[in-house]
Amino acid sequence: MHERILPKPMTNSSLPPVRTGQSWSALAAQFAPALLLLALLAAWQIVVWLQVYPPFIIPPPLAVWQKGVEVIADGTLWGHIQATMGAVVAGLAVGLAAAVGLGYLIAKNRVLDHALSPLIAAFQSAPVVAYAPLLVIWFGSGLTSKIVTSALIVFFPMLMNTVVGINSVPTALRDLMRSMQATRWQTFSKLEVPAAMPVLLGGLKISASLAVIGAVVGEFVNANAGLGYLINLARSQYDTPLVIVAVLALTLMARLLYSGVRLLENHTLAWQKRDRPQWK
Amino acid sequence: MTVQLAVRDLTVVYPAPGGGAFPALGPISFQIEAGTFVCLIGPSGCGKSTLIRLLGGLQSPTRGQAFLGESVIREPSRRVGLMFQDANLMPWRTVVDNIALPLELAGVSPVARTQSALALLPKLGLSAEFAQSYPAELSGGMAQRVALGRVLIQEPEVLLLDEPFGALDALTREQISFDLMHMWSTGGQTALMVTHNIHEALLLADRILVLSRRPGQLVADIAVTLPRPRRISDSYRDDFGVLAAAVRAAIQQT
Ligand SMILES: Nc1ncnc2c1ncn2[C@@H]1O[C@H](COP(=O)(O)OP(=O)(O)OP(=O)(O)O)[C@@H](O)[C@H]1O
Ligand SMILES: [Mg+2]
Repeated sequence: MHERILPKPMTNSSLPPVRTGQSWSALAAQFAPALLLLALLAAWQIVVWLQVYPPFIIPPPLAVWQKGVEVIADGTLWGHIQATMGAVVAGLAVGLAAAVGLGYLIAKNRVLDHALSPLIAAFQSAPVVAYAPLLVIWFGSGLTSKIVTSALIVFFPMLMNTVVGINSVPTALRDLMRSMQATRWQTFSKLEVPAAMPVLLGGLKISASLAVIGAVVGEFVNANAGLGYLINLARSQYDTPLVIVAVLALTLMARLLYSGVRLLENHTLAWQKRDRPQWK
Repeated sequence: MTVQLAVRDLTVVYPAPGGGAFPALGPISFQIEAGTFVCLIGPSGCGKSTLIRLLGGLQSPTRGQAFLGESVIREPSRRVGLMFQDANLMPWRTVVDNIALPLELAGVSPVARTQSALALLPKLGLSAEFAQSYPAELSGGMAQRVALGRVLIQEPEVLLLDEPFGALDALTREQISFDLMHMWSTGGQTALMVTHNIHEALLLADRILVLSRRPGQLVADIAVTLPRPRRISDSYRDDFGVLAAAVRAAIQQT
């Protein structure tokens, strides 16, 4: 055996004072996204100044800003946001209800599982964008076809998550409920729902974003209102600033929905959060 | 003495994986008088858990019958409390809400059931500061104490315990089985507990049933004549050693 001189372990005293180091990096982390956004805006403006592309392809940031202020002020944007939001919320509700209901039945019933699973797998592979025109033919260019598109795109992932979630309920806990003479409803509400909740909320997070996509796809195909419709309209008029405004509005909407689900998750799954050490 | 639990020619045969029959238990017959503590010892896989599940009404026998008092066991009963090797706590419920679950299912009001659960904590050896903790924040021993509380809160006449402390370290195990003995001696339940630990069985039981290799049949029924109340130091008594030898001999026969 030969002696090895190990490097001296780093002690606290050899490190820079922890407090300032932490607050600096924390500060940087806090402002990094804002700085990045500013940099992107600057790059955008520079591209415009260099006149690489004509303004109807890449409009200046200021034009987008002014367009945004204009459509907000005259209420057009809000009207379209409401139209899309209505479809998203309704589609989400319908899709979730159908998926969770059917998913539960499939998870509980072997026959149903065997009968439906291949069919569902096949339908699931069909891209919504491809069959959205069909839905418009069937349901018209109004709200209904948008809701149906949105509900359908939400339906499949949520269905899978429901089946997985309900099947993941431990047998030991089912036995426990049985040994305590739990009724069917009690087993459902006090065991299956909470046990499947993490998986269900995971599905809901995906669904919230998908619902927006579904509604917009519906509006792209044929509609007379909504942000997807606005994008189509603005594009046909070479009103690129308006396209960008609408896209930003959609992004914000999707983000808000996602945050809403996150909030719900943090609230509902507080028991999961607490078993990990908390870092300030 | 009234008979609280009885099995008559009880036999369980599972379907074998490749088709055919897989005898798991019996035929076995025995009776347990009300208020006695009986321990069940037997080789691994001899059907002890199967027997407990049968008595708990979670599954039905292939042949023979099991009785709770006078009536044939067909489904779980409110008079019977079941406990398993794993605590099986609901991770989304706090300690108090886990303990109060049976009362909640029985429709007891939130205030009343929380009060009952809180009142049980000291008897279980749980400090009140853990009342609002989640299971993930508990040690294994504490989790089993919570599981025990969940059984005791419905004040069952019969306790069916399937290696309830099998996953705990020796020291925790000794303490918690001692606490169980104390609760049993004041509660007066009829108890049937599966264990692999002779020491634990002698400390707790009035009787020790020894089962054979699978399919488990009764090979010995040993009366534990040690006086009560018992202490952990009783294991140094001479008659304790004699009984331990007898149980060990019966197990080796199997
Ligand atoms: N649902 C089941 N289907 C088929 N075989 C089973 C089933 N449950 C248990 N068995 C088998 O029956 C036998 C008895 O099982 P059981 O769990 O009752 O044994 P045990 O005495 O509790 O064992 P251990 O001491 O390891 O807990 C085992 O060989 C097991 O593999
Ligand atoms: Mg077992």
